[in-house]
Amino acid sequence: MTFDPYASSRETTEGTIYSVTGGDWDDIVTEIGSTKEEHVVVNMGPQHPSTHGVLRLILELEGETVNEARCGIGYLHTGIEKNAEYRSWTQGVTFVTRMDYLTPFFNETAYCLAVEKLLGITDQVPARASVIRVMMMELNRISSHLVALATGGMELGALSAMIFGFRERELVLDVFELVTGLRMNSAYVRPGGVAQDIPVGATDKIRETVSQLRTNLKDTEKLLVGNSIWLARTDGVGYLDLAGCTALGITGPILRSTGLPWDLRKTQPYCGYETYDFDVVTAESCDAYGRFLIRIYEMGQSLRIVEQCVERLDSPDYQGPVMVEDKKIGWPAQLSLGADGLGNSLDHIREIMGTSMESLIHHFKLVTEGFRVPAGQAYVAVESPRGELGAQLISDGGTKPYRVHFRDPSFNNLQATAAMCEGSQIADVIAAVASIDPVMGGVDR
Amino acid sequence: MTQQGMFGATGSGDTSGYGGLVRSVASAGSSSRPFGSYFDDVADSLERAYPAFSDAIEKIVIDRDELTMHVRANRLLEVAKILRDEPSLRFEMCLGVSGAHYPAEIGRELHAIFPLLSLTHNRRIRLEVSIPDANPHMPSVVSIWAGNNWHERETFDMFGIIFDGHPGLTRILMPDDWAGHPQRKDYALGGIPVEYKGATVPPPSERRAYR
Repeated sequence: MTFDPYASSRETTEGTIYSVTGGDWDDIVTEIGSTKEEHVVVNMGPQHPSTHGVLRLILELEGETVNEARCGIGYLHTGIEKNAEYRSWTQGVTFVTRMDYLTPFFNETAYCLAVEKLLGITDQVPARASVIRVMMMELNRISSHLVALATGGMELGALSAMIFGFRERELVLDVFELVTGLRMNSAYVRPGGVAQDIPVGATDKIRETVSQLRTNLKDTEKLLVGNSIWLARTDGVGYLDLAGCTALGITGPILRSTGLPWDLRKTQPYCGYETYDFDVVTAESCDAYGRFLIRIYEMGQSLRIVEQCVERLDSPDYQGPVMVEDKKIGWPAQLSLGADGLGNSLDHIREIMGTSMESLIHHFKLVTEGFRVPAGQAYVAVESPRGELGAQLISDGGTKPYRVHFRDPSFNNLQATAAMCEGSQIADVIAAVASIDPVMGGVDR
Repeated sequence: MTQQGMFGATGSGDTSGYGGLVRSVASAGSSSRPFGSYFDDVADSLERAYPAFSDAIEKIVIDRDELTMHVRANRLLEVAKILRDEPSLRFEMCLGVSGAHYPAEIGRELHAIFPLLSLTHNRRIRLEVSIPDANPHMPSVVSIWAGNNWHERETFDMFGIIFDGHPGLTRILMPDDWAGHPQRKDYALGGIPVEYKGATVPPPSERRAYR
């Protein structure tokens, strides 16, 4: 074969290695076909459009059949857990929000709930702050599920699903931008509450978005539910039953696709989830199609919760502060959104610079030094769109975490790849991995 | 655990007098009965089903409404199996393992923390195993909770804890040829000074910061 810069081959002790990065596919097929080898090991990714991020799948193939499937991860490892040990407890939020970048509000809330548990102020978090957290998390669940459907659809060749998914996600991101100033990585949930109250008129905008989403989500539903091509790609694919899920520690839509209604929002409620009216969606089929249905219908349930949150935020019972009263913990400044972006409110600046020396000292101490957290450890789990997201924090009594560990559901669930894919066709690997919906930012942290 | 000084930087000529300060931080001690909540029930069930309970469980700590059982490393597998299989316990899910490094605790520098979840009884407990840095071996629980495979690889990668009996204990997040275990306390964070408008900002680990 003549030298081809896109598809070179070299001899090793393990056999011939072909690097395929583009070029003429026929040449490669001809060359591989001319060898006597029956078994081919294919490295799919880490740079590959259908591996759902920088995931490397190592597949041992016999023809089109996958004999063994293994994952290679770590390509997005950023050392967030280590870095958080060198910042104050409040600054930690800015780090953890970047872990699973599709579910920033879940990362932030899990972290903050754990810090609050360590501080022993769980009961003091204002009700309004909890309602805002729940609202943001449920909107986030919708945007995350939409990306799961969009990228999953794209990987299976359903490009309309991708267009619809990202179009609807924009609506949710607009709300994030309105409330937090940022579309992602917002560091909005803080230990003790949230960074600031929702802006005036936000509830009207959110109501509008919810009704818009209700209409638009029907499009995706009509497009894919019962669609024969979609069924052919997902029905019975990526099978994992309840025994497999418990053995592998799998939670979230994969566990609920076995028929077990395990949802931490119901079984171990936090942030007042027990006071909201919603249903846990399950499927019985244990396959990729069941997980797809769960994601579709969970979005509807999330919209129900968001509506209840908006109602509460407008009611007089839920007016008041969004940060704990304790002046030794609550962030001193309220943020305000000015013409030049988000910043400290001018009233606060006027107070600390013009009228109150004590306020200035207090602000300075809390912002530079931070608060101290009593020594001990805490584990708090929330139901993220992908399953149980656990924050394991250890404090040595200082102003910084001694150890931050996140039990990310993507990391754990990706272990199911081998169980779901081995023995199936190579095309089903894509559908199975898409149904796990791993986000590599969370997997590698 | 101990803390030294008031500020994060060392050797910076801190004349405040606080630089030599040494404070010891007390961690939660052993709890006594009644533990409250479902914790008594869990402890009783384990004690009934496991004759070597008093030898295997070093101490039970109830802190912030969470139950932590400190288990001797050589007994971990027996305890784990009973916790999973005993009908009154049924902790059928292990939610991974995370490490922690306490260089000041001589002889038990490395800790491994296993959060367990029972779907049947809707309960959570935590196991904690301490091992010496000089001999960082403890049994792998992959034979009991298969899902701990990657979590143990991560803990090995980050802390150097060797899980005996693991089917393939290799690095998972760091490159295969990486030297050292990054999340140990004796592993520096690293980083380079950044110049901004003529001033130099040191890397986070070398900045003056409050402890």
